[in-house]
Amino acid sequence: MRIVLNGDSVETADGGTVGELLQQLGISRERVAVELNADIVPKVDYDRRPLSDSDKIEIVHFVGGG
Amino acid sequence: MTQSTDKLIIGGREFSSRLMVGTGKYASFEQTARALEVSGAQIITVAVRRVNLDRSKESLLDYIDLKKYTLLPNTAGCYTADDAVRTCRLAREAGMSDFVKLEVLGDEKTLFPDNEELLKAAKILVAEGFTVLPYCSDDVIVCKKLEDIGCAAVMPLGAPIGSGLGIRNPYNIRIILENVSVPVIVDAGVGSASDAAIAMELGCAGVLMNTAIAGAQDPIAMAEAMKLAVIAGRLSYKAGRIPRKLYANASSPLDGMIG
Repeated sequence: MRIVLNGDSVETADGGTVGELLQQLGISRERVAVELNADIVPKVDYDRRPLSDSDKIEIVHFVGGG
Repeated sequence: MTQSTDKLIIGGREFSSRLMVGTGKYASFEQTARALEVSGAQIITVAVRRVNLDRSKESLLDYIDLKKYTLLPNTAGCYTADDAVRTCRLAREAGMSDFVKLEVLGDEKTLFPDNEELLKAAKILVAEGFTVLPYCSDDVIVCKKLEDIGCAAVMPLGAPIGSGLGIRNPYNIRIILENVSVPVIVDAGVGSASDAAIAMELGCAGVLMNTAIAGAQDPIAMAEAMKLAVIAGRLSYKAGRIPRKLYANASSPLDGMIG
């Protein structure tokens, strides 16, 4: 299936969870926040929130800023 | 008044440093970390952005001891209340803290706040339990509204963001200080150590800056200068300056002059 990840359309395995996606991307879950179709996914839900075709995912973290 | 008893309290948390610094625009993460260290700041701002999916890239937080600093995520780049609120929610989830520097910009050229959107966002965020520190105009009416909404501080600009023009309207800052009871923190506009000292001498609770340090020829030296200027300005304010007089007033006694 295809999802929109941080604005880019990417191919990902069917039936995966948010947690699996983060693992696949090598992103540590402690320091990020995830939005699925404009709703925040709480960290405790990462492993039980499945992804579906055409989902829009935003993964953000902190960068330098004023 | 000694420094050790003069604490800054924001959102129920106590800080001994009144200098808050940003983490943007440094030449490297090593330089950022060093400047933060030297500045003595305990509150540091960060921005919320998409992760770089290229894993080889390092992250700012790899260089920063999170036990030493309170992160203050900002909503830089947001031009609507909705975008700012969304960013704050993400920041809370990423950082597990309720502190946010709320900025809602009105215009790319001036980066002045859009006060209408700012008030709208502040209301939502306060209701959601955030500790809101809003970047705002040096306008007492807006500051009072932000205080009434329940913001933990108000952060009027001294001059446009990154301009280094200093405190352009100290009288506005004074009026704000006289009319709000939450901490007043000058955010934006500081260019040099004397600007920071002026903000503190006016009676501000703190100063927040980024470019003045990161953009200096020697950011580490400027971080130290800012640390000292904020301490000096605060002590000077607390000490109570002499009134300004037009004519001289001799410091040496007139009695006992040699004939």
